[in-house]
Amino acid sequence: MDRTSSQPVDPRGSWCSYHREPLTYFPALIELVEITRHTGPVTAPVSGRSVGAHALLVEVDDAVAALALATWARAVDIEAVEVVPGAASVLFDGVRDPAALLRVLGDWTPGSALPPGELVEVQVVYDGADLDFVAESWALTTDEVVARHAALEFVAAFCGFAPGFSYLSGLPDDLAVPRLDTPRSKLPAGSVALAGSWCGIYPTASPGGWRIIGRTDVVLWDQDRAQPALLPPGTRVRFRDASSLGSATQGLAT
Amino acid sequence: MSLHVVRAGHLTTVQDRGRSGLAHLGVARAGALDRPAADLANRLVGNEEDAAVLELTLGGLKVRADPGCWVAVTGAPAPVTVDGAARGHARAEFVPAGAMLRVGTPVRGVRSYLAVAGGIDVQPVLGSRSTDTLAWVGPPRVVDGTELTLGESVGQPVAHDTPRPPDAGPLRIDVGPREDWFAAGALDVLCGTPYTVAAESNRIGLRLDGPPLPRARAGELPSEGMVLGAVQVPPDGRPVVFLADHPPTGGYPVIGVVRPGDLWQCAQLRPGDEVRFTIRRTRH
Repeated sequence: MDRTSSQPVDPRGSWCSYHREPLTYFPALIELVEITRHTGPVTAPVSGRSVGAHALLVEVDDAVAALALATWARAVDIEAVEVVPGAASVLFDGVRDPAALLRVLGDWTPGSALPPGELVEVQVVYDGADLDFVAESWALTTDEVVARHAALEFVAAFCGFAPGFSYLSGLPDDLAVPRLDTPRSKLPAGSVALAGSWCGIYPTASPGGWRIIGRTDVVLWDQDRAQPALLPPGTRVRFRDASSLGSATQGLAT
Repeated sequence: MSLHVVRAGHLTTVQDRGRSGLAHLGVARAGALDRPAADLANRLVGNEEDAAVLELTLGGLKVRADPGCWVAVTGAPAPVTVDGAARGHARAEFVPAGAMLRVGTPVRGVRSYLAVAGGIDVQPVLGSRSTDTLAWVGPPRVVDGTELTLGESVGQPVAHDTPRPPDAGPLRIDVGPREDWFAAGALDVLCGTPYTVAAESNRIGLRLDGPPLPRARAGELPSEGMVLGAVQVPPDGRPVVFLADHPPTGGYPVIGVVRPGDLWQCAQLRPGDEVRFTIRRTRH
């Protein structure tokens, strides 16, 4: 993880001015902070909930906004041990002064463009057990499902469930599919799956309730790699139909 | 220098202070569950406080050292013997080369810590020698026959040290961040009645039986980051206190967060024990 960003640091964001002031927030809700700058008073666009004494949870509209805020916060080098984007929030954990952090976060502009992350191509054999179900719910043939899925560009919004399991955003809401009522007790590593409007790839063999559309042999998690997760938050992902690529299927386990 | 594990016991893992900065990749922090006890064990044998120790669950460990080394057992008070002769708890003790060190079943508490001078020198994984039992990131679980390399001793064993910080008491919580997901009075329920530690408790969470906490809102919360000590409430209303191996994100609301200084107690509560919560009134 890159904590030594060469980006210019917002002077107001530096922690040399850190001081312990009496905290004026209510037990769980840090009020919307008013920030006074030389341009005049500006109402901060973010509000936070305190989580214990040393963490702050900032709610935003959706996963893409959460990713944007988390990426921005790392770039300006805010002080937090963990910056954890979620589906509609960012958790800042290991924070000495949550109220001061919230003031720094007031400089973030919701809706500002996310710098494009690295693009990773994932080759998929589309033969998942739920491919027919997905085709039916999308009112397409299975070939059309493959073409549609492989035409989308996803972005890894946040991780959860298991190390290296990335929630991939990019499936239009009208293509959302329900989870299984009863999760399967074991799915092989590399299973490519959908749930709601998320796409995901299981890094290891595990139980799972998502709809399986295919499989890949990319290694999503390798704790001996310098970057153990193949798809950390911010990574762009495109899927390729391996069956259309001839020799590319050779390495795929059956 | 190494430690030969003859009997590993119920669940023995290598732990240090855990790994940080990787929650956004889905990696749990791990680390010793009873941190003050692990720190004490390290101080007693002259280690740095971040040296790796063994965390024992209900004892049951037998090891041989080669050559001889200083050790200390802290945490849950378990009988300690060397070749059958009784040795002290929470004291630096010397184990001669080839002698058998045995840590029995603790009379109370759950987790004991064995520190060895020089520390357990397994290969760090992602910056830590801790084993995470949620996804098994880190060194493999210690089993019968495991050989553990020891590091170079850096300090001298000490004769005396503070045995234990403050007394056990109610778990103090800060309210939030999702208390608005609960019906009025849920905090009174949480803090007004003792809960019983459930048998499924582990390094991931302290699971509690008792009066369910009524919800004001149905449905699932969008997945959000979770902190150590979070009191998460699944749909059955029974609270779970997140411990060191907790998942970094979760989809159930958190009604409060246990103060870090009280978390050691969660490491030592046994199934059937009672636990109480109280709302923390002061901030530090």
